[in-house]
Amino acid sequence: MAGLVTAFGSGAMTNSIRDIGDAACILAIGTNTCQAHPVIALELVRAVRHDGKLIVANPREIGLVHFADRWLRQRPGSDVALLMGMMRVIVDEGLLDSAFIEERCENFAAFKESLKSFDLDTVERITGVPGEKVAEAARIYATNKPATILFAMGITQHSHGTDNVLAIANLAMLTGNIGKPSTGVNPLRGQNNVQGACDLGALPNVYPGYQAVTDPAIKEKFETAWGCSLDSSPGLALTEIFDAAYQGQIKAIYLIGENPVLSDPDANHVRASLKTLEFLVVQDIFLSETAQLADVVLPGVSFAEKDGTFTNTERRVQRVRKAIEPLGDSRPDWLITCQIAQRMGGQGFDFADPSQIMDEIARFTPSLGGITYHRLEEGGLQWPCPTQEHPGTPILHTQLFTRGKGRFTPLEYKPSMELPDDEYPLILTTERSLYQYHTGTMTRKVKGLNTIRGEELVEINPADASALGIADGEAVRVISRRGEVVARARVTEVSPVGVVCMDFHFAESPANVLTNPALDPVAKIPEFKVAAVRVEKNGHK
Amino acid sequence: MDKISLTIDGRQIEASQGMTVLEAAREAGIYIPTLCYHPDLSSSREVQASEVIYCNAEPLKNDNSAIRYEGCQLCVVAIEGMKALPTACTTEATSGMVVRTSTPPVKQKQHDNLKLILWQHPNVCLTCDRFDQADNLNICKPFNICLRSVNITERCVLCPKNDHCDLQKVADYIGLGIEERPLPYTAKGQPLETNAPFFDRDYNLCIGCTRCVRVCREVRGADVLGYVFRDGKVIVGARGPSLMESGCQFCGACVDVCPVGALLERTRKWQGSAERQVLTTCPYCGVGCQLELQLKGERIIEVLPQRKNEVNRGQACVKGRFGIQEFVHHPERLTTPLVKRDGEFVAASWEEALDLVASKLASYQKNEVAVISSAKCTNEDNYVAQKFARAVLGTNNIDHCARL
Ligand code: SF4
Ligand code: SF4
Repeated sequence: MAGLVTAFGSGAMTNSIRDIGDAACILAIGTNTCQAHPVIALELVRAVRHDGKLIVANPREIGLVHFADRWLRQRPGSDVALLMGMMRVIVDEGLLDSAFIEERCENFAAFKESLKSFDLDTVERITGVPGEKVAEAARIYATNKPATILFAMGITQHSHGTDNVLAIANLAMLTGNIGKPSTGVNPLRGQNNVQGACDLGALPNVYPGYQAVTDPAIKEKFETAWGCSLDSSPGLALTEIFDAAYQGQIKAIYLIGENPVLSDPDANHVRASLKTLEFLVVQDIFLSETAQLADVVLPGVSFAEKDGTFTNTERRVQRVRKAIEPLGDSRPDWLITCQIAQRMGGQGFDFADPSQIMDEIARFTPSLGGITYHRLEEGGLQWPCPTQEHPGTPILHTQLFTRGKGRFTPLEYKPSMELPDDEYPLILTTERSLYQYHTGTMTRKVKGLNTIRGEELVEINPADASALGIADGEAVRVISRRGEVVARARVTEVSPVGVVCMDFHFAESPANVLTNPALDPVAKIPEFKVAAVRVEKNGHK
Repeated sequence: MDKISLTIDGRQIEASQGMTVLEAAREAGIYIPTLCYHPDLSSSREVQASEVIYCNAEPLKNDNSAIRYEGCQLCVVAIEGMKALPTACTTEATSGMVVRTSTPPVKQKQHDNLKLILWQHPNVCLTCDRFDQADNLNICKPFNICLRSVNITERCVLCPKNDHCDLQKVADYIGLGIEERPLPYTAKGQPLETNAPFFDRDYNLCIGCTRCVRVCREVRGADVLGYVFRDGKVIVGARGPSLMESGCQFCGACVDVCPVGALLERTRKWQGSAERQVLTTCPYCGVGCQLELQLKGERIIEVLPQRKNEVNRGQACVKGRFGIQEFVHHPERLTTPLVKRDGEFVAASWEEALDLVASKLASYQKNEVAVISSAKCTNEDNYVAQKFARAVLGTNNIDHCARL
């Protein structure tokens, strides 16, 4: 969420889930909320029941469209143009919150200048959305307050994902929709503890609490805390780790609970990289596709067999409680890591239980400083929660932005890295299904879920299907510059003309063999949402 | 919100302006029986009958569009200054109001209204003297011979909802008295609907409270269920030939609000009562729903969304509600360390596996190793993983898959 850090100083959801249903207007862009965050979708249902306005911006006819007041069907990858078009209307019609901008933001003039190139004709040409619809949506968002914006990977998984996020931040600041109940900019995080993994420093450039590894004072603090000397240069990011492994620079990987052979863009490359390693340790609860490549597999436990905490998408730290004993000879992940560390002479890995780990976290992480298991018995706490007395923070940036002033960023439209051409004429975008989770290591073990959605489907518009002579349910071959997969076609209007859509939950037809690893230069998120492909008949399935 | 004060059963209580008498009583911990009321839902009077619903894929048309469902009518109370006995769920609490919940006329009315409901639901057990004597609603022991020699499908003791059934609780409170004979009851003869994943629907047990219809429409926005009138009776069903074709998301919200045994999770049915429950956080997505794992021994037998929290407030999705037990207890779970020898995995002891991992990792330079941690693991797991990478391996090569 680098875009939000630039604009506000913090990359997390600004408001709370409970808040959303009370908004007068919700803009849901690049989120298939009903499928990916079904319980947050209930807040949208609640808002609409109370006459809140819902604007959905999505190339696909997702479930939310049926509740929406306005549906903007922009072309994949054209979000910046769409949002800038809306902002141009808001500025031109004087619907902006000048007092808020004046008092709390900076760099507005430069941003305003960059709106010049986004007249509605240009916006319509780039996005495919009629200019008048863009203007209407802008008016609805700007005049129904409080208004909140929700977005997910449909925004971030682009080579220009950071620009998309910055555009959203600009829009919220422009209308003063930040720092108050039911407003804000709310990235919905995918996996259960993405927020927590980032907060706790499972990142190459920061210690827990986003404290930079390059900051000498921070380095010293952790050196004293942990009693060792630490490296002050940032490490490699995930995709860079695989590249380095492929080139033989990284020789050993200790991988906990992940299945990158399915989840990563360009999965063939990941598989090849892992095979090149001299030593691979995988810790997981099932023998996943990735674990099969390992030299040593260590059996971790499921969430039901361990104590700990997860941090949800609204920054709420909540308890995970041990309900049953570990199965067979399996052990909690933290314990396994500590046991390896101790064997290697590591100091400070003698935790008796996870509550002691949380106490250590609180000691060295200011934003989590007030969190203890004792307090969590009363319910979750939203960070920042710096002290024992602090009640937690449901809404960020109420008085000041975390970075002081909110920063507007001038933007221009950049097309996706890989656009359709004669050889690969269709755009492939990826989705999550309600009935499967991530790479399916857990959900595919549940029979009922597989009855509902047991195989990959390639969604394709009837116009494209008939041009290719493809019937509903027929096996097709989807081919990109990086590989090909075979799956059944589902012919549906849900997918717009020129766009096909797949999930990435299934090992038999891994859509990520096709996707483009082109990274957003700042956030280093791969371009999952746009890749050029061609679809052929006769998949022989 | 403005506070008002009123008297219920001689107790002075506080309520917020705009609350109904029922809500005020519940907040003060005063019990008033009801079957159709649910705190998360609108009034049962507000839901219109559908034109058609489906009963095992066969369409069933509404035969009387002039009438409306009038609710279960069990929450009647006596209010000073009012002649009739109003329903507490439709009467707004006002300042100075004096309410009584169990005067003889109230009792009589509740008794009569409950009988109307029991004409649609098997009731032999609810009107049996054993029920009257039992203190914990554990009506008959399985080895008891039924005094009334009834059909097994009509006995509470053989219903999977026995012990946590709202109808039993209400019948117990109202007290039917020992009837010579069971109340007249005609089985609806509706076929069991067992084709959908995760839960079965036995509308023979349905009392037509429409809670399921309302939760699906109002809270879930799915609007899969509806009801029609047939001969004056409420018949509930999916609005399309099957749940799947009606747009069901299999969230289980309808199962959770059903007061009787009509909607039940299939695998939960015959497992009896849970022995303990553990509150935890769902492992599936970033919403972090609070779930109550229902346990029997070392097995999870059911997963229920918790109501009292700020995140999911009684709701979950199909993965959290129905997708946990099977993966946690899956036979393919790894239960022992594995070490690869000549391309094959062989089981190893922890000593052996950990020694191998430690010695191998120690043999590399700090820029030759990396740790990939997980967005599925806990905060504590992640903290320890990054501390291990930085403090022991000496590298900042640590990441997880959040970006994906
Ligand atoms: S499972 Fe959910 S979506 Fe399906 S009928 Fe019940 S409440 Fe509606
Ligand atoms: S199925 Fe259950 S919840 Fe639905 S109307 Fe019948 S008794 Fe009420």
